[in-house]
Amino acid sequence: MIEAVGLTKRYGAKTAVHNLSFQVRPGAVTGFLGPNGSGKSTTMRMMLGLDRPTSGHVTIGGHAFRSLPNAPRQVGALLDAKAVHGGRSARNHLLSLAQLAGIPAARVDEVLGVVGLQDVAKKRSKGFSLGMGQRLGIAAALLGDPQVLLFDEPVNGLDPEGILWVRNLMKRLASEGRTVFVSSHLMSEMALTADHLIVIGRGQLLSDMSVSDFISANSADFARVRVPADRPEYREKLTASLTEAGGRVMPETDGALRVTGLPLPRISDLAHGADVRLWELSPHQASLEEAYMRMTQGAVDYRSTADAKEGLQPPPPGYGHPGHGQQGYVPQPPPEVPQQGWYAPPPPGQNPYAAAPAPAPEPTAERTGRTTDEDPR
Amino acid sequence: MTMPPPPPQAYQAPPQQQGRGAPAGRYASPIPVRTPGLGDAIASEWTKIRSVRSTMWTLGVMIVLLLGIGLLVAFVVSLSDAPAEDVPVLTLGFFGVLLSSICVITLGVLTIASEYGTGMIRTTLTACPSRARMLIAKSVVFFLLAFTITTVTTGVVGVLQTAMLDGATPDTGLWVRSTVGIGLYVATLGLLSLAVGTIVRHSAGAITIMIAVVLLPLVLAIFMFSPSLASVQEALFEWSIPNQIGAIYDVSMTSSGPTGWEPLWALLGVTAVTMGAAFLALDRRDV
Repeated sequence: MIEAVGLTKRYGAKTAVHNLSFQVRPGAVTGFLGPNGSGKSTTMRMMLGLDRPTSGHVTIGGHAFRSLPNAPRQVGALLDAKAVHGGRSARNHLLSLAQLAGIPAARVDEVLGVVGLQDVAKKRSKGFSLGMGQRLGIAAALLGDPQVLLFDEPVNGLDPEGILWVRNLMKRLASEGRTVFVSSHLMSEMALTADHLIVIGRGQLLSDMSVSDFISANSADFARVRVPADRPEYREKLTASLTEAGGRVMPETDGALRVTGLPLPRISDLAHGADVRLWELSPHQASLEEAYMRMTQGAVDYRSTADAKEGLQPPPPGYGHPGHGQQGYVPQPPPEVPQQGWYAPPPPGQNPYAAAPAPAPEPTAERTGRTTDEDPR
Repeated sequence: MTMPPPPPQAYQAPPQQQGRGAPAGRYASPIPVRTPGLGDAIASEWTKIRSVRSTMWTLGVMIVLLLGIGLLVAFVVSLSDAPAEDVPVLTLGFFGVLLSSICVITLGVLTIASEYGTGMIRTTLTACPSRARMLIAKSVVFFLLAFTITTVTTGVVGVLQTAMLDGATPDTGLWVRSTVGIGLYVATLGLLSLAVGTIVRHSAGAITIMIAVVLLPLVLAIFMFSPSLASVQEALFEWSIPNQIGAIYDVSMTSSGPTGWEPLWALLGVTAVTMGAAFLALDRRDV
């Protein structure tokens, strides 16, 4: 059990984490989600007693990490896969950590086998690929066979097989009754791995709920209906007819209608009954990725300059992940067709977080300079 | 250099056998739990220091310098006809020790600053939240290593030099000071470097500071012509590290100032204070 209470961390004038309170329960994978620079790594460092909170506190099993009895046997962490001395072999690196924690040396070879690095155990970790480095970091976290595991972006740099392996590893560790806390900036990954989601943006809590709640609260199926552009009166006619049949209709800026609550065949029948021709009737599903992005929209610290026309542009295509955010991926639209209303409408009254006022974007001067996930230090 | 990735079957690692069927909500590891202490931390630091190349490089260069310069000086003196009867032979080791102290400084700084440079320090302090235990273990391992290497090498150089030259017979006191004394002094200088490395957290910066500490007082003193600064100049001369090493060998450049074991006590005092500051910095600062 990890418990954060009013956790706040300031670096000079910059607030990295603000008044964060949450609990991480054992026996489940808890995803810790947020855009780059939202304070995920800072929060995890505070959990491990590496950074001192400006105010508030975080405890693991009721103790602050630094006063935890036998800490390495209770908590294992992967913070940064590159946080190793590159000149040391993988085995010696793990051996030094095992000795430090009073863990038998035989356990080193065990975890090397678990992460699949036994063949390169004697090689210096300088030559490791990103994925191998990630595996070495995971091995270090597993070394103490601990009750609580923290992983900061564990799938970074892993190939699809490696990602699947990490996903199954997390689930298995949680099923053994451990507390597994995994940070990521990929919603799609967390939707598959995590049981519970904690979403932060700009260092503040945006959402704390189970994945199934998150899905039902944030993803909505809808149909896009388009009537001939030269017959605008069709829109009113069709809207009236659909609303009468129990559907919810929202106009989109380009003249299309977004319909929820009615199956596609029923919409077609109603249009036919109202004597309205249709140019488009297409099913759409708002992915979790979109829901997540809508939630964190106002809380993204580092956005590309192409996003300056906020609200007019679709999200950067990179976020639309094949298989999950396929609807999220659109080739650059012609400039004269604004694509507003891109996201699914939030189901009424279900998503209080999205309505929270987003802090104004910081001046450009403050946003330049840092482009990575790292915190100012 | 890229390593070949592990074979595909390695990805499907067998599930861990531990804890299967453990009750949900609480996981109990089958690995025996033992509360680690300072001894474990020392074992860990020994593994760390012996498994990186910088240790081999700095200590290897140091041994080569001590032996090479010591024997070269003895050889040159043996060729010259200068009457060497009044100068004890052992003092010829001075030149090698002065240069090799740079190696010990480098290793002392790297022992901790390389952890900051690579980020390893966060992994270390996650595995051992006690800053004091980590710092003490590092200091003990480094000090014993530097002391042993220096003492043994200066001892070997001393024996070879006395065999090559027939100067005044060195007394036991000088023998002890020129081996154990020099070993303690140089290792303490390395410990001071380790403390400075902990405070500065940057290899190049800390090494530069330490080399300045060794050389700057002497250089400054040379350029202090003004008579009003004469007392400062003298103090800088007397307490500069080269002169302190000379004092241990009884070949002080000045007539006053530290003699015998005094430089060691002075350096130990400075190192203790710096190490205290290093611990406070380590304990208070974010890693």
